Amino acid sequence: MSTLEIKDLKVGIETEQGFKQILKGVNLEIKTGETHAIMGPNGSGKSTLASTIAGHPRYIVNGGEVLLDGENVLEMSVDERARAGLFLAMQYPVEIPGVTMTNFLRTAKTALDGEAPKLRTWTKDVKEAFDKLRIDPDFAARNVNEGFSGGEKKRVEILQLELFKPKFALLDETDSGLDVDALKIVSEGVNRAQSENEMGTLLITHYTRILRYIKPDFVHVFVDGHVADQGGPELADRLEDEGYDRYLAKA
Amino acid sequence: MAESITTPRPKGAPLIAGFTEEGEDLSPMNLATTNVSPLGGDAVKAHSHGGGDGVPDSSRAGRLASFEIEDFAPLTGREEDWRFTPLKRLKGLDRLELSQDGAPALRLEISEGDTELAVTLEEVAKDDPRVGFMAPEDRVAANAWAGVETVQLLTVPAAAAGEVIVLHAEGNSDVASAQHVAVVAESGANATVVLDHTGTAVLSQNVEIDVKDAADLTFVSLQRWEDSAAHASDQQARLGRDAHLKHTVVSFGGDLVRVTPSARFTAPGGEAEMFGLYFADAGQHLEHRLFVDHAAPKCTSNVLYKGALQGHDAHTVWIGDVLIRAEGEGTDSYEANKNLVLTDGARADSVPNLEIETGLIDGAGHSSTTGRFDDEHLFYLMARGIDEKTARRLVVRGFLNEIIQKIGVASIEDRLHEAIEAELAQTDN
Repeated sequence: MSTLEIKDLKVGIETEQGFKQILKGVNLEIKTGETHAIMGPNGSGKSTLASTIAGHPRYIVNGGEVLLDGENVLEMSVDERARAGLFLAMQYPVEIPGVTMTNFLRTAKTALDGEAPKLRTWTKDVKEAFDKLRIDPDFAARNVNEGFSGGEKKRVEILQLELFKPKFALLDETDSGLDVDALKIVSEGVNRAQSENEMGTLLITHYTRILRYIKPDFVHVFVDGHVADQGGPELADRLEDEGYDRYLAKA
Repeated sequence: MAESITTPRPKGAPLIAGFTEEGEDLSPMNLATTNVSPLGGDAVKAHSHGGGDGVPDSSRAGRLASFEIEDFAPLTGREEDWRFTPLKRLKGLDRLELSQDGAPALRLEISEGDTELAVTLEEVAKDDPRVGFMAPEDRVAANAWAGVETVQLLTVPAAAAGEVIVLHAEGNSDVASAQHVAVVAESGANATVVLDHTGTAVLSQNVEIDVKDAADLTFVSLQRWEDSAAHASDQQARLGRDAHLKHTVVSFGGDLVRVTPSARFTAPGGEAEMFGLYFADAGQHLEHRLFVDHAAPKCTSNVLYKGALQGHDAHTVWIGDVLIRAEGEGTDSYEANKNLVLTDGARADSVPNLEIETGLIDGAGHSSTTGRFDDEHLFYLMARGIDEKTARRLVVRGFLNEIIQKIGVASIEDRLHEAIEAELAQTDN
């Protein structure tokens, strides 16, 4: 079992108006096999948390730590974090011209495992993963995310999640922009990865809709850069009814 | 290609030659010439047909086209269409009397498909009715027409069904010379024609491309010259009804390369794709100016040129003129230029121009970007465990690969991949 600990994490960004503090001391602990939903209004810092853990250079950490089984994640480069077992499913996956999905997937898998995957099993694994997420096999020959619809990009993120088998997945608003069918397909992919790989999941979402398909063990409510409330799955039901207003009023 | 990508720069010289606080500037070599010559500057400008000092022609449609070199005034470097070109490095192509001696001989090869196909390469007179249908649009092109006595005419028969036809143009002379090539794709023909320039030459070249009704022609012009070459190539195409032209320019070698491709629609239903890839090293000047003339309704054009630059005084110029005339109702057009700057001291000029004379179009747009690596691309790849160096390699190759992918001929693609690897090895990318 692995543990991802976030301790009093403080993060900001440089803006034209100067430094802006976004996370103001976040504490969370996630174990493999657990699913944590992070919910909250827009601008509360949910996505900042995910991007900071993954190491996006835009975010500046000015306090606290992130530990993966006791190892300081913040001292690792972006690729080292991925190789340590962290996976960020991006909110806005970028298009990379001229790099085919096939080439990208194999290069990443090789980097993550430290050796090239066996060609025959890899080809089979990729094909199965495409099938399960109902992605057109022709996409393998296309360039990474190029010309994919919003929903297709999200499916391709989950495809990678299934193929790369991380210890912890950070899902940054993976549900946004998905219709009901796509939401189901994507959720099934996350659930498969969870049950097959004993994965820990940090599910960032604005809406409770995805929680019908991916059952959280814990729900944390983010407001103004810190955890304002937490509880079990019942907290999500309450948010469904009441929204975030009562937290915002306090803030 | 230069020996070294880092050249010492004189003290006080701007980091990027010719780049002043005003932004884009004339080629510094031209400035020096016009300032010291009593015949330079305004005295010459008054005779110019090509607009004035940095002032564009009011319309691309109004540009002079003529087979007579006398109709074009001597170049000063202040003309709109010459203002970025270091004229001295044309090595006389604009002012010397040219002849066919010294021009690269053409060798025909059908490299894929039916090698028995009746493709012909003939040497025909200039007054042959099949050639000379596109009048030169600048002095250097008109000088080439004046300098040649014959035209090399390649005819792709209607029976062509996907053949790859290569014209090997291997130069071995530094004498200023002229060449005129005509490519005719007969109605319904489907083929790829590759004009592959290697060796060295000082060459003003006109290429006429006639894509007849319903023909589907991929034309690829490869500039794989040695370091010393100077090459101006005016590549004008006309498209018949429902004709499709994929025109691709790849410029890697040469001291100065200036390619001016154009596509003119003469009947409805035509489609022109115009792609380009260039890689400039220290001291190289690679210029591409293209023109798409939507003079017929319901035609489509898509333009994408991508370039990489590395080293001091690596200079690329891209000008994209798209004209949608009043007749061009139902036009759909897009043009884009993207430049990737790999080191300090390189300069990329990029000017998309779009003129629209009718509101009844399906779409028209343009974009231009010039910059370093996209950090978001690197982040995406590294977030999947790929180390930074490998991620950079993927991004750079991917950037350039996008055009190569469009050529669709495996043997050429392999050759270009090798050339790119050799270029990138110089800067450890």
